[in-house]
Amino acid sequence: MMLENMIRKNVRNMPPSGIRKYFDMVNEMEDAISLGIGEPDFVTPWNVVESGIYSLEQGHTHYSSNAGFMDLRREISNSLRNKYSLDYNPDEIIVTVGGSEGIDIALRALVGPGDEVIIPEPSFVAYKGCTAFTGATPKILNLRAEDKFKLTPELLEKAITERTKVVIMPFPNNPTGATMTESELKSIVEVLKDKDIIIISDEIYSELTYENKHVSIASFKEIRDKTIVINGFSKAYAMTGWRLGYVCGNKILINAMKKIHQYAIMCSPTTAQYAAIEALKNGERSVKEMVSEYNRRRRVMVNSFKNMGLECFEPLGAFYVFPSVKSTGMTSDEFCEKLLQEEKVLVIPGNAFGECGEGFIRACYASSMEDILEAMKRMERFVKSIR
Amino acid sequence: MEEILEILEKNCKYTEEEIAKMTGKSLEEVKEVIKKYEDNNTIAGYTALINWEKTTKEEVLALIEVKITPQRGEGFDKVAERIYKFPEVKSCYLMSGGFDLTVIIEGKTMKEVALFVAEKLAVQEYVLSTSTHFVLKKYKDKGTIFRDKPKDDREGLFI
Repeated sequence: MMLENMIRKNVRNMPPSGIRKYFDMVNEMEDAISLGIGEPDFVTPWNVVESGIYSLEQGHTHYSSNAGFMDLRREISNSLRNKYSLDYNPDEIIVTVGGSEGIDIALRALVGPGDEVIIPEPSFVAYKGCTAFTGATPKILNLRAEDKFKLTPELLEKAITERTKVVIMPFPNNPTGATMTESELKSIVEVLKDKDIIIISDEIYSELTYENKHVSIASFKEIRDKTIVINGFSKAYAMTGWRLGYVCGNKILINAMKKIHQYAIMCSPTTAQYAAIEALKNGERSVKEMVSEYNRRRRVMVNSFKNMGLECFEPLGAFYVFPSVKSTGMTSDEFCEKLLQEEKVLVIPGNAFGECGEGFIRACYASSMEDILEAMKRMERFVKSIR
Repeated sequence: MEEILEILEKNCKYTEEEIAKMTGKSLEEVKEVIKKYEDNNTIAGYTALINWEKTTKEEVLALIEVKITPQRGEGFDKVAERIYKFPEVKSCYLMSGGFDLTVIIEGKTMKEVALFVAEKLAVQEYVLSTSTHFVLKKYKDKGTIFRDKPKDDREGLFI
C-alpha cells in the first residue's frame, strides 16, 4: 500500500508553508531580529493568567458544556454589545479553540464540492486551506494597493458567481493592516444583502485598531442573520497559546456549527475559558496599554519605511505594516532572503499571503520597541546599499 | 502631550527623534514639549534603575514608619522637610493610617542605617516614634521586575 495514495487529494495537494526556510535561517543566526511572527510579544496580563491558575487549583479540570461556559458566553455577549453594537444571545455563541476552529467549522458547516468561497487576498493563509479541505473551491479576489487593500463593491461583484456560497471578510487584515470603515462596509452590504451568500467576518484583530474604532459588518441589520462573526482572545489579550476564540451568528447557523464542534472538539479548554472570563471582566486596562504601545511602534515603522523610500499606506489595524519593495527592483522573496542574510532582519514576503502580495513585505510590530528601532536602522542601511 | 511623559517614564533613553516617530509629532514639537516639562520640573530628573544585587556594592535598604506630631500652621510638611533633606533618605511619603511618614533609607550596613534612625530621625523634636523594617530582597521596583530579560521564545510558524 502506498501510504501517500491513502491521503485525500485535497490534503495531498496542499503545498507546505513556503516561509519555513526563513524561520529555520533565523534560528541559526545570532542577533537576528524577527519581525516575522504574527502574535503579540506581550505576555497574557497577570490577572488573566492568575484566574486560569486559580481555576486549576480549585479543581475545575472538567469539560464545560459544548458551547462553552454560560458565564463566558454572557460576558462575550455583553462585550460585543458594548463595543460593536452587536446583538447575540449566549445561545448564538460557541466558544472555540481559537478563531481558527471558528473558521474551520463555519466553512465545514456551509460548503463542499461545487461551492465557491470568495477569499480576498492578501490574507491569512487558513481561509484558503480550510476551504480546500472541504472540497469547495477557493475563489481568490485580489485586493489592490491603490484601494489600500480594502474590499470594494466592484471587485466583489465581479467575483460573485452562481456558485458563490460564502464571502470571507478578513478585516482588520493580516498581513496588510487594512481596515474597513462603516461607509465602506455599507457598500459591501448593498452588494450582498439580497443574495443567498453567507458572510464569514473574521474580526480577530477588532481590538487592535488605531485612530478609528472597529466596525463589524454584522452590525448592519440587513445582513446580520447571514453573517458569522469570528473573534477571540489571542490578539487583544495576548492569549495566543491559550487557544480560545468564539463564533457568533444566527441560531440556525450556530447549531449547525455546534454539531461539528461537539464531535470534533467536545468543548474548548476550560482553564482558558476561566481566564477569558477574567479577561472580559477586568482586562480593558491591559488592552488599552497594549494598543497604545502597538500604536507607537506602528508609527515608528510606517515613518521609517517612508523615510527609506518604500511606498507604504498607513495601516490602521492589526499589527502589521505592508510596504511595497517594488522600487528596489527585487521580488518579495529576494528582498526577504537578502535582508535576512545581510542584516539579520526577518520580514515575510507578501506573496506568502496570496499571489497579489508579490512586491510587498509584511513587517510585524508585535516586537519590543528596542528591536523595532534596531531593525529599522538595519533595513534602512540595507535599502540604501541596494539602490 | 502626556504620552511623551509616559514614553520617557518607561525608558528615558529614547532619543527625541525616536519619540517624534512614536507619537507622530514633529521633532521640534517634541523638543519643545520636553524642554517645557524640564523647565517646570514636571520631569524632575532622569535616572537609571539599577539592580545593585548584581554588583559587588553592599547596600542596605530600610523602610521606616514614622509617627509625628503635626505642627500648627505647617501640618506635616515642615517636619517632613527636616527629614527628607538628609541625603540618606531616598524616598519620603505622607501616609494615611496608623503612622504618618514612610521614610526609605539607604545605607552601607544595617548598623549605619540603625545609627541614622537613632541619631538623626528618632531624635527629631516632633517625631513620636519610629519602626524600622529592613528590606531583604527587591523583587520589583518602579514597575520593573528584577530578573534577567526573558528570551523571545515565540516559535509560531503560523502566519
